[in-house]
Amino acid sequence: MNDGGGAGVVELRGVCKSYSRGGETVHVLDELTLSIPRGDFVALMGPSGSGKTTLLNLIGGLDRPTGGSIEVEGLAIDRLSEAALARWRADHVGFVFQAYNLLPVLSAERNVELPLLLTRLPAPERLRRARTALALVGLADRARHRPRELSGGQEQRVGIARAIVTDPTLLLCDEPTGDLDRRSGDEVLDLLGALNREFGKTIVMVTHDPRAAQRARRTLHLDKGRLERETRA
Amino acid sequence: MSLLSQVGAVTAMNLRNLPQRAASSAVAVVGVAGVTLVLVAVLSIAEGFRAALELSGSEDVAIVLRSGSTDELTSGLQQGSVPVIADAPGVARLPDGAPVVSPELYVVVDVPIRGKGSAANAPLRGVGPLAAQIRRELRVVEGRMFQPGTSEVIVGDGAAQQYAGLEVGRTVRWGTTTWTIVGRFTDGGGVAESEIWSDARVLQQAYNRGSLFQSLRVRLESAAAFGRFRDALAADPRLSVRVEREQAFYAEQSAFLRSLVTSAGWTIAAMMGVGAVFAALNTLYNAVSSRVREIATLRAIGFGAMPVLVSVLVEAMLLGLAGGLIGGLAAYLTLNGLRSSTLNWQNFSQITFAFTVTPRLVASGMLYGLLLTLLGGLLPGWRAARAPITAGLRAT
Repeated sequence: MNDGGGAGVVELRGVCKSYSRGGETVHVLDELTLSIPRGDFVALMGPSGSGKTTLLNLIGGLDRPTGGSIEVEGLAIDRLSEAALARWRADHVGFVFQAYNLLPVLSAERNVELPLLLTRLPAPERLRRARTALALVGLADRARHRPRELSGGQEQRVGIARAIVTDPTLLLCDEPTGDLDRRSGDEVLDLLGALNREFGKTIVMVTHDPRAAQRARRTLHLDKGRLERETRA
Repeated sequence: MSLLSQVGAVTAMNLRNLPQRAASSAVAVVGVAGVTLVLVAVLSIAEGFRAALELSGSEDVAIVLRSGSTDELTSGLQQGSVPVIADAPGVARLPDGAPVVSPELYVVVDVPIRGKGSAANAPLRGVGPLAAQIRRELRVVEGRMFQPGTSEVIVGDGAAQQYAGLEVGRTVRWGTTTWTIVGRFTDGGGVAESEIWSDARVLQQAYNRGSLFQSLRVRLESAAAFGRFRDALAADPRLSVRVEREQAFYAEQSAFLRSLVTSAGWTIAAMMGVGAVFAALNTLYNAVSSRVREIATLRAIGFGAMPVLVSVLVEAMLLGLAGGLIGGLAAYLTLNGLRSSTLNWQNFSQITFAFTVTPRLVASGMLYGLLLTLLGGLLPGWRAARAPITAGLRAT
């Protein structure tokens, strides 16, 4: 499926990704072309092995394509060096992980502060911003709590606060409700929806859950490394 | 953000994790501590040996040997040489005008080692009447000085501790003579404390040496008088002698043993070090393995690979520093000042010395510990820094 409409914040052209496993080449993504405009909220769905997470990792600069090109805000991120790519991620991408990936030894506010350690902001300003982000996700009163003192839903909200604290261009979410019960999952989806609607965040979310996908503006269905179809909310 | 700040941030997080890895970290620390302890212990023997010999030497004391001899055992001076040397310029004199010299004889006697029963070679030195004027640190701490012309001896403090049967008041039989121990002396920790002293002329008779001496100790007017004294002896056609400052002579005497012990110390430490490197390697692989997802998360957020590598190395070095400090302190607390004896290969007699743990030795041990853990941390650090982020994020 070709989704190459107008110039989006994310532009993928003919992207391929293959791995060599046991002497055999496995094609995960096959000539994928995709455009995601600014302020979009895209859900990626598909069976296991369809290439959803690989696509998310490529858009986030965590992996490199074996063919094609990826541009984010006009920058060809697939051509950046490792160090430049790391700096780019720090400036432009917020990640939300299925298992939250918080550092257990740090408090909620220190976890949220982590991406700000890569900026030149002074420590008091970093902490102020971390608390603002926590307040935005409704956890101002949990700032000093360690991850083990929080519920799963709260942990994921801390993860979202960490992802948005640097005000990134893209918010990339990999199964953000996969480890949560329904109520907590709904809270997280409400939060992502609000970030998209009220703050104009561009969100790409991988999910297996059709209810979660319904919160997105559109859903792209992948199968065997290709975009099969698109549904709109 | 600078590389240094990133390193600081990632390292701080590593260290906050340390209590959760206390057991495996302790293994690495103990491994390094053991290596450092052994290294410092062995090197402190060489240091103690050097100290014992260097303490013995004075800048303003010269030792005269037969030309070509390397030590007192292989030297020989005829009685006729003594007044010629004593009259040379630069020799210190007593108020009555007597030159401050001590013609000396050096033989080796068998003495049982305390607590072992086996015998060792103890140096028995015959000295002249002014020997105590030359060795100004000499103090008789028990009993009295031997009477000239008698078969009395005094025993150095180190020898009295190392050998059995050398208590004041005892008699011992060496050669054809029965000797009475009448005193115990110290010499500021110097090599004389390893020796037994008698009257040189009595010793000559006891060992059928005729009028032969082996060395002549000479107190000089000053340290600066050495050149004048040596040149005068070299120019005198009646003499064929080797002249050294006492300090330089002892430094040369200690060189072989110091080199031997130092080489042995580093060889043992290198072999033990291989084990310590593997302990550190294992500990840090565990540390990295248990934090694969954390490290991948940090790198996904934007932290570079280099700060991750450096932070692992910093953690490794902190473990090494802790181990080195513990090993060095343990060596200092348990060994420093402990007296022992070893064979001085230059004259085939035992020399007593104290294990001497200096700050420099402790620093060397700690540096070695740091190096070991740095080596042990390289591979785990490299692995942590180079592992694919996407695989790390999926780790459980």
